[in-house]
Formats: sequence, structure tokens, C-alpha cells
Amino acid sequence: MAERNLVQAIREALLEEMERDPRVCVLGEDVGRKGGVFKATEGLQQRFGEDRVLDTPLAESSIAGVAQGLALEDYRPVAEMQFADYSYPAFNQIVNEIARVRYRSNGDFSCPLVIRAPTGGGVRGALYHSQSPEAFYCHVPGLKVVLPSTPADAKGLLKAAIRDPDPVIFLEPKKLYRGARQELPEGEAALLPLGVAIGSTWRSSICAPCGHGTSRPACDRWKRRAGSPSSTRPIEQADLVPRSLLSSPSGVLRASMLRSRGSPVPMCRRCHSAPASNTRSC
Amino acid sequence: MPTDDRSLTPERVLDAYRTVLRARALDDRRFVLNRAGKLAFIISPRGHEVAQVAAITALEPGRDRFCLYYRNFAAALACGFTPEELMLSAFARASDPSSGGRQTPGNFGSRRRGVIIGSSTVGPQIPKAAGIGLALKWRGEGGLCFVSFGEGATSQGDFHEGMNFAAIHRCPVIFFCENNHWAISVPQRLQVAGPGVAERAGAYGIPGVRVSGDDFFEVYRVVAQAASRARAGEGPTLIEADVLRLQSHSTDDDQRAYRDADELAAEAARDPIPRMRDALIDRGWLTPEGDRRVGEEVSREVERATEAAEAAPDPDPASLARHVYADG
Repeated sequence: MAERNLVQAIREALLEEMERDPRVCVLGEDVGRKGGVFKATEGLQQRFGEDRVLDTPLAESSIAGVAQGLALEDYRPVAEMQFADYSYPAFNQIVNEIARVRYRSNGDFSCPLVIRAPTGGGVRGALYHSQSPEAFYCHVPGLKVVLPSTPADAKGLLKAAIRDPDPVIFLEPKKLYRGARQELPEGEAALLPLGVAIGSTWRSSICAPCGHGTSRPACDRWKRRAGSPSSTRPIEQADLVPRSLLSSPSGVLRASMLRSRGSPVPMCRRCHSAPASNTRSC
Repeated sequence: MPTDDRSLTPERVLDAYRTVLRARALDDRRFVLNRAGKLAFIISPRGHEVAQVAAITALEPGRDRFCLYYRNFAAALACGFTPEELMLSAFARASDPSSGGRQTPGNFGSRRRGVIIGSSTVGPQIPKAAGIGLALKWRGEGGLCFVSFGEGATSQGDFHEGMNFAAIHRCPVIFFCENNHWAISVPQRLQVAGPGVAERAGAYGIPGVRVSGDDFFEVYRVVAQAASRARAGEGPTLIEADVLRLQSHSTDDDQRAYRDADELAAEAARDPIPRMRDALIDRGWLTPEGDRRVGEEVSREVERATEAAEAAPDPDPASLARHVYADG
């Protein structure tokens, strides 16, 4: 197993899935010869050619629209929005078209695709290279939303997102792209299922959903504050929709009981407390 | 694949004419049902029927893909939807094949017929069609994607983005603009500068063709030519069919409030269906007696379709949240 940072994990997931399934293709601005502005697709065009790693015109709505057309024809497109901030020109395609295809056709059509986008701040990107739009997308029925914070989660969940029958918004915290490294398994061993939150091992009555890699600092802070295992449970919320928490039978927490950190997602309305069996330890 | 009207046999044209009459008769009935309070909302193809059916007749349902828009009621019939199916959509019944009663009835979809499910926003099907065209190009089996829209949709960014993408990658796509000169109450002069939409094709380096939408044979010819280009790998074509909007935008609109009465009367006198009938009679393919017989058969079809759809069950409220995700 090799040590990889988060952006390398993304690239490795794309490479493995493209090798596994000839229907998987990548499209977006600068994803080809340049390999993406963050190098997430570096080397893929040289390996798979200009069709399967397609440099699109600088037009996000058509990136999403073309990806949808490919998915409707049984390809498995992975579209890149260069920054999550720039997914808004594609908002109608994502929200009204891609997310609704299955529902509005009464199950006759589906749209299995992934839209990847670097998200969040921390790289001196200022207003339009730092936004975190997961709150928008989490509230769109039909979309799944993933926000990994470790290389292993990024690789495993992106592989799962590409194989998923529903459209997945895959948000990559850009500050963590070149952060901590981790040994990554390869192939099927790397695959992580969507729908399992990553939690601490603490038992608690309150869950505090975190994102953008903030669960560890949150743990530390709350440990210091409480002095002992806290009644608050930080959960790295890699998989925002569908949340494993949603399926918990153990009751709904009221909004005021939830503390959200790192991610602006208003988790509260639909969030449940999580049984230990439904989380993975960080 | 036909490239000109020589392969248009009298039988195919008479079939198309019957489809045109079906569309008109079904639409008239839908309006009556709407005024009787039985149907919520209808968008009429009145004035567009001949152009729509001619275009689809030049293509290959089953092989090609169709990204239709909400005024494509006659095109949907030509793609294989039955009168009863379209009435089920109008009544929003559970067995509506497009959406099970979830959408307004102009959003046609049928996977097995290659009709890609539509939506109500204006223009998003255009870049989608470019993507479908790209997939068909990769597949290399000669299929093409036909995408239609009104002239109002050509003001959308998605029109530009879809045309641009399809032109760059020479996708097998036919962009079919049905220009009826009105986007609800906004006239063409406030939508498009210059003579119309077809000229815009030049900016993308693809052919743009304007055709009279009331001439069945001309519309067939230009669509068949565009199809030949697409199947030969020569890329997309933009076609602008000049049509009349002989009905208000929808059942919730009354165009008499914003259109000149004389103009409406003049347009009504130019209804394309009598023109198609006369052309068929001139060619000796139809007799006035045959025309009357077809009309009566179509009326009976409309009766049967209406009765069957009205008697069909509504969707089960418990199904409201189904199909949001694959596992639901």
C-alpha cells in the first residue's frame, strides 16, 4: 500500500474506476492536458485519450447537461466543476434536471453520474474560490452528497459514488488536498459504501456533525472543555446525503441539540442520533 | 435512411396526416375537458402539428433519441405515444407513461421509445441533447438526437452552450426550433434581433436552415438532410421552422388579451392542416371522401382514449415519495 494525500487518492480512484469500467469518463474545464487546476485528473488523458478525459468549453451548465446526456446513454460520467463556487451556473441542470430525472419519469430514467468539485476555504482563494455549497445540495431530493476528509474516504467514497445508481455531488475540501497522507488500499479493498458516517468511538447522547476535516480539532476542543469523554459526539460527516444518521431508529434530535462545525449544512431537521454500529471510527 | 422525399410513400404520408389529425382532435378535446374542469393544464400544439409530424417522420423512432419540449404533443404521437397514453397524461393518471401523473402533461418521456423525459424549464434539454449526441457518436451506430424548442428558448444560455458543444464535437444532433413568434406574450422582436434564429448557426460553424413549418414536404426534406449529415459524422444542423401559434400559450393564457384580433383571424385562416390535406388531394393520395373517413376514425379514437383515461385510477398517494432514489 502506498501513502497518498487526498488529491492523489481522488486521482487513484478515478484511474481505478476508469480501468474497471469503460463507461466511466471524465469531463470538465482543464481536466485533460493540464490534468485539472488541482491536478486531480493528472495523467488520465494521456492514459485514456481525449474522449474519455474531455476538456469542455468553459460553460458549467453544459458540463452538467452533457454529463447528464452521457449518463442517460449508459455512460458513467464524472464531471468536474473547477471550484464548487462555479457550480451555480449549472444549478438548474443539477437541481431541476439531474436530481429530478428518476422522480419525474416515475422511475423510467435514471442519471448515474458524479459531479466533483473542490470546496471550502483555506487556500487564500478569497470569496469565489472558497465557498462551501453543500447546504444547497443536501436539500435537493434526488442528489447524494459526499464530503470526504481523509485520503481513504476520498478514494473509497469516490469509487462508490461512480458506481452508485443515483447522481452524487462529491465535494473535495481543497485545503486537505495536500494535507495528511495515508496508506490506501487498492481496487475493491479501497471501496467504502455510501451511507456510513465516520464517527469517533465515544458514546454520547448528542452528535455534532462535522465536515472539512474538523472532527479531530472538535474532539480535542470538546475533550478539553469537558475534561473527560464528552456528552457531545463529533462525527466526521463524510457522507451528507443519504446520511447513515437518517436510518437510525433511535430518535430525532432537536435542532438546538445539534452543533454543526466546519460545514454550514443545517443538519438538524433530518438528523438522528447515530448508533455506534452505524458509524466507522476515525 | 431517406435523404429526400422520394422515399416518402403515399402510405407514410397518409399515416403522418392521420397523426396530425389525431393531435388536433385530441387537443381540441383536451381544451373542452379543461374548460369543464376535468383537466388542470394543457399546452396546445395547434398550428405546429404539421411541422412536428413531418420532422419525426424523417427520423427513426426506436433508433434515434428525441428531446422534446412541452408543445410537442403531435411529435409525441409521431414518436409512438398512443392517444390513450396522452390522455392518461392529461388526466395525470397513475398509468401516464411519461411520469405517472407527476408532471404537467407536456413533459413526454418513454425510455423504450427513445423519448428522453422532459421538464418544464425552458432550454435545459439542449445541452443534454449535445451529451446524448456525444454518446451516440462514441457508439458509432448512426443514431442521432433530435432536440426541439421554441424561439423563446433560444434566448437561454443553455441554447448557446448546447449548440456550441455539439458543434465543437460534431455531435449527431438536429436542433429544431419551432418559431411561432410568441413566447407567451413576448413577441419575436423582443426575443431575437435580426431576421430569426437560423442565422445564429453561422456563429457555431454549422448549417442553419429556415423552413416554412406548414409545408409537410419541405420540413421532411430539410430534417432528412440534417439527419443524413448527422449520421455521416458531419455534425449538427439548426433548423428553424416558421409556424403559427393558433392557440394561446396554455389553458391558463388568453392571447386575445395581447394579440391583435385581425392578426389572429388572419393566422387562423392559414391553418396548416387544410394546406396539408389539399396537397395530398392534389397529389391524388387522398380524396375528400377518404379525408372524411379518416376524420371520423380519429374522432372515435379520441372518444375511446378519453373514456379509458377518465376511467383510469389516480396515482396512489402512498407512491408520492417513490423514485427519489434508486432504492426508493
